[in-house]
Amino acid sequence: MTTPTIGVLALQGDVREHLVALAAADALARPVRRPEELDDLDGLVIPGGESTTMSKLAVVFGMLEPLRDFVRSGRPVYGTCAGMIMVADKLLDARADQETLGGVDMIVRRNAFGRQNESFEAAVDMTGIPGGPVHGIFIRAPWVESTGAAAEVLARYDGHTVAVRQGNVLATSFHPELTGDHRVHAFFVDMVRTAA
Amino acid sequence: MSSTPTTPQHPETGTARVKRGMAEQLKGGVIMDVVTPEEAKIAEDAGAVAVMALERVPADIRKDGGVARMSDPDMIDGIIDAVSIPVMAKSRIGHFVEAQVLQALGVDYIDESEVLTPADEVNHSDKWAFTTPFVCGATNLGEALRRIAEGAAMIRSKGEAGTGNVVEAVRHLRQIKGEIAKLRGCDNNELYAAAKELRAPFELVKEVAELGKLPVVLFSAGGVATPADAALMRQLGAEGVFVGSGIFKSGDPAKRAAAIVKATTFYDDPKVVADVSRNLGEAMVGINCDTLPEAERYANRGW
Repeated sequence: MTTPTIGVLALQGDVREHLVALAAADALARPVRRPEELDDLDGLVIPGGESTTMSKLAVVFGMLEPLRDFVRSGRPVYGTCAGMIMVADKLLDARADQETLGGVDMIVRRNAFGRQNESFEAAVDMTGIPGGPVHGIFIRAPWVESTGAAAEVLARYDGHTVAVRQGNVLATSFHPELTGDHRVHAFFVDMVRTAA
Repeated sequence: MSSTPTTPQHPETGTARVKRGMAEQLKGGVIMDVVTPEEAKIAEDAGAVAVMALERVPADIRKDGGVARMSDPDMIDGIIDAVSIPVMAKSRIGHFVEAQVLQALGVDYIDESEVLTPADEVNHSDKWAFTTPFVCGATNLGEALRRIAEGAAMIRSKGEAGTGNVVEAVRHLRQIKGEIAKLRGCDNNELYAAAKELRAPFELVKEVAELGKLPVVLFSAGGVATPADAALMRQLGAEGVFVGSGIFKSGDPAKRAAAIVKATTFYDDPKVVADVSRNLGEAMVGINCDTLPEAERYANRGW
């Protein structure tokens, strides 16, 4: 497969930036909002946004189970920030009714790095990404409190886990889609090519 | 981690990228005006991406008259504690001390808003001086770019807040989009003249001409009262929607709030908009903007 088709969940969030980054990493990218739009995808990105809202909209529009099925199908999924929260098996500091898709055996703490005043950018070394540190943009960002045996930690910042991979699911606390540096997206597109 | 170089420990807060990036996360969402923690919870339950904490909604500010100011810090704290979504709050135009207070309270975004009574008739606040990002209203492209030059990280239309009438928001959004489209066709020679005409910095004008959009997120605000209003603003190019009086001045706020959220997500699917528009109870009554006296037009505040 030369050009994989990768969807970006477009219920809410920075969808456009992911579409641009995926296209730059040689994928065919398109927004998805309906269950049937998941069918012919090779991979899926869950963007940054407000995880409470995204989770609610997924329930209301009947996307929650189809998205869970998508993760279970083994097709690659990449979540940034709110997307990381969505692929976590367990959450801290979230509303009791907040649903996730799961996929990574980890506990994620919402807004762990603080409110907007504490949002920051910093260089982050990430395993598997060649060419030096990536530029991490952390916006009301979550961190990974703990991981199970199957989850591989790919990056830490200030002692906290901020990037993980378990099988075909990738998650980062930060937003590579906001930087113009598409190496993390290229890494994910490679995961999709390998899986297909 | 001995095989990989150590991660630099110099985080930078309050950068343009972090401020503008925050607004990018709100795209496709609805930001709702709330005046109590209870309303904030209703908004969060309905799927709002953020709430705007204020003392009175614009419809009541119009009714009550007098000077409208920043909200009581206790009220803002109460709302911050009540919800897990971002909380915004309004400062008066040019009242940089109100903005300093809001930053100290830890709000996630400051709206330097024409809905409150302006504190300075000449100057807006220097928004670069803050770590907390700002959203500002604009009626046209020049005004939007002047606010961005002052450090605004997000722009919204002004609309005519508190009227329940979307006509002014439509005018502002069409104006901004139309002026951007016109810049697209300009060469460098023409862009200098355009910058002069727009009374905006050349560099920003050039950036807009190249991007075909503002360098920050553009939302609609002012007068949205129905799901169809919200979908209209999205189809006209707004990346998300502020709803003020339209929700909590209506018959069934929880239901209307959820309906507006859904219509904002599926703005281009009339079947969804039709579906969520059923049986919402009474919309806010509304005011005809052309019968508003000049002095009561909030959109004229700011420049």
